[in-house]
Amino acid sequence: MWEQIRANRRRSVLLISGMALVLLALGWIGGELIVGPGGGLVGLAFALIIWGVQLTIYMTSAESLLLHGAFARELERDDCPRLFNIVEEMKLASGLTFLPRIYLVDDPAPNAFAIGNRADSGSIAVTTGLLHRLNRDELQGVIGHEVGHLRNRDVQFMTLAAVMLGSIVILSEAIWRTMRFGGRARNRSSSRGGGKEQLILFVVALLFAILGPLMAQLLYFACSRKREYLADASSAQYTRYPEGLASALQTISQARVPLSFASKATAPMLIVNPLQAAGEESSVFSTHPPTTERIRILRSMGGASLADYETAYRRARGGSCLGAETLQTAQPVAMRPPSTEGPIEVRRNVRDLTYRLNGYLPLHCSCGLDISVPERYERDEIRCIRCGTVLRIPAASPLPVSRGEGQGEGSPLRYNRTRQGWESFRCACGRTIQISPAFAASHVKCANCGRSINLQ
Amino acid sequence: MLIGMALLVLLIIAVALIGWLIASYNGLVRLRNQVQNAWAQIDVQLKRRHDLIPNLVETVKGYAKHERETFERVTQARNIAMAAKGVAERAEAENVLTGALKTLFAVAEAYPELKANQNFLRLQEELTSTENKVAFSRQFYNDSVMGYNTRIEVFPQNLIASTFGFGRLEFFEVKAEAEREAPKVSF
Repeated sequence: MWEQIRANRRRSVLLISGMALVLLALGWIGGELIVGPGGGLVGLAFALIIWGVQLTIYMTSAESLLLHGAFARELERDDCPRLFNIVEEMKLASGLTFLPRIYLVDDPAPNAFAIGNRADSGSIAVTTGLLHRLNRDELQGVIGHEVGHLRNRDVQFMTLAAVMLGSIVILSEAIWRTMRFGGRARNRSSSRGGGKEQLILFVVALLFAILGPLMAQLLYFACSRKREYLADASSAQYTRYPEGLASALQTISQARVPLSFASKATAPMLIVNPLQAAGEESSVFSTHPPTTERIRILRSMGGASLADYETAYRRARGGSCLGAETLQTAQPVAMRPPSTEGPIEVRRNVRDLTYRLNGYLPLHCSCGLDISVPERYERDEIRCIRCGTVLRIPAASPLPVSRGEGQGEGSPLRYNRTRQGWESFRCACGRTIQISPAFAASHVKCANCGRSINLQ
Repeated sequence: MLIGMALLVLLIIAVALIGWLIASYNGLVRLRNQVQNAWAQIDVQLKRRHDLIPNLVETVKGYAKHERETFERVTQARNIAMAAKGVAERAEAENVLTGALKTLFAVAEAYPELKANQNFLRLQEELTSTENKVAFSRQFYNDSVMGYNTRIEVFPQNLIASTFGFGRLEFFEVKAEAEREAPKVSF
C-alpha cells in the first residue's frame, strides 16, 4: 500500500531532474553567450554555485524563518493535551518515525501548515482560529493532512523544487539582461567568423531564457496541486473519516478573517491558500486545487482507502491523480463512525493559552470583568476599570530565609496554589508563569531567570 | 571471441540476478521489520492503557462507591488482557477491556461531581486518546501486514519468500460490536 508513494517519489525525481537539466542548459548557454565560445563550463559552474547557495540558505534557515515570521510559539504537552494527542494519533496511523514539534500561531484566521526539511524531524503549526472552530474529527483531518505532507516528504521536495525554480529564474534574468545591454559589444568582437553559430546560440538562449522559467513554474505549481490532493488522500486514509477533513476545509475556506502572515511565499505551505477564493477554478499558476473541488472529492469517497480517493477523483475531475497502481489494492477500507466529541478546547482555554504564550496574566475581578495584565506592567496591583476594586497581581514570594542564606538574585521562590482552573502568577523577575490544572509537580522553573519556584 | 562475448553476457546476467535477489530479500526484511515495529507500537499503547486503568478506577471509586461490579469487571478485564499471549488472544482480551471501560465511562455520566473533577477529566482524555492510539496503531499494523502479505505472494518475490522462510503474518482483527460484549463475571 506504500507503492503509490514510491511511484510518487519516482515522478518527483523525474521532475527534479528535468528542472536540473533546464538549469544546467541555461548555465551552459549563458556561459557560451556571455563569456564567449568555450565558456560553457564557467556558466555551468556559475549555475551550480547559485543553486548551492540558495539550497544551503533554504535547508538551514527556512524552517525557523517561517516559524518566526508567523510568530509561532512552540507548545508543550500540558498546554494543549488534546492537540498533542491528535498529533500522536496521526503519527501512529501514518507510521511516521518521529513526533513533529507543534506550534501555535496566534491568529484568528483558521489555517495550518507543516514544515520540515529533514527526514527525521518536522513541525506542524496551527492557528488559534483553527482550534476555536474545529471539533476533534475536523482537527484530526487537518492534522492528518499535515502529517501526510511530512510522511510523503512534500516539504523537502517542494523546497528542492522551489530552490531549482529560483535558480532558473535568476539565471535566465542574468542572460536576459546581458543580451539586452551587452549584445552589441559581443557582436563586434565575434565578427571574425562563426557569426551564424553565434546567431543560432543567441536565438536558443533567448528561447531558453523565456521558456525555461515559465516551464519550471508550470511544473512547480502542477506538482504543488498534486501534492495537496495526495495529502488529502493520505488524511482520509489515516483518519478513516474523509468527512472530518471535508468539513474542516469548508470551515476554513468560509472564514472571512484574513490571515496576517499570508503572502505569496507562505501561501503554498498552508492547508488552504488564503489568497485564493474557495470556488475559484485553479489556473496553471495556482498552488492549491480549488477548495470546493477538494471537498467534493472527499465527500464522494466510497471508502477511506487511497483507491477510493482515486475513484472519486476520476469521477469528479477525470484523469488520474494518484496513478493507476493505487486501484490494484482491492482490499476495501471501511470508514469509521464520527466521534461524539465537541470542540477540542473551549474558547476560554485557548485564550488562557495564548495569554501565557504571549506573557499576559489573566485576572478575574469579582465584578465579572476579565483583565489581562501584560508583562510590561510593573506594579503589583491593578485597579479594575469597571468597579474600581484594587486587585493584587498574584506573584511568587521569596521562601522564608533560613540562617546564613541571603536573598540573592537566584534564590528560590514559593507560590501558593489556588487549585481553581488555570493559574497565572508572576516570578520575581517579572515573567508571567501559567500552570495548568493538571500540573502536579512540586516545582516549576521560570523560563526567564531559571529560578525554581516551590508550589504549595 | 564469440565464446568470450557469450561468457560476458552470462556474467552480466548472473550479476544482475544476484543483485535483484539481494534487493528483493532486503526489501522483504524491511517490510517484516516495519510490521514488527508496528506491533511494538500497539504494545506500547496497550501497556499505557493498562497503566492508566488503576488510576482511573481509584478516582471513580471516590465518587461512585456503589458501582463495585463495574470496577471489578474493569480490573478483571485488565488482568486478563495483561496475561494474554499471541495476536488473536490479545485482540480478544483487549476488546473485552474496551467494552468494560465503555461501561465505566457510562457509569461516570451519572455523577456530576466526578465529571467536574480535573483529574478525572484528564484521565478520560488520556484514555480516550490511548483508545484511539490503539486503533490507529492497529490500523497501521494491519496496513503493513497487508502490504507484506501481498508482497510475499506475488511472483517472483514468492520464490524468495518461500526459500528464506518468510511466512504470512496475522491481522489484528476487531470483531463486530455484538460479539465483543464483555462476558458476565459472577462472584
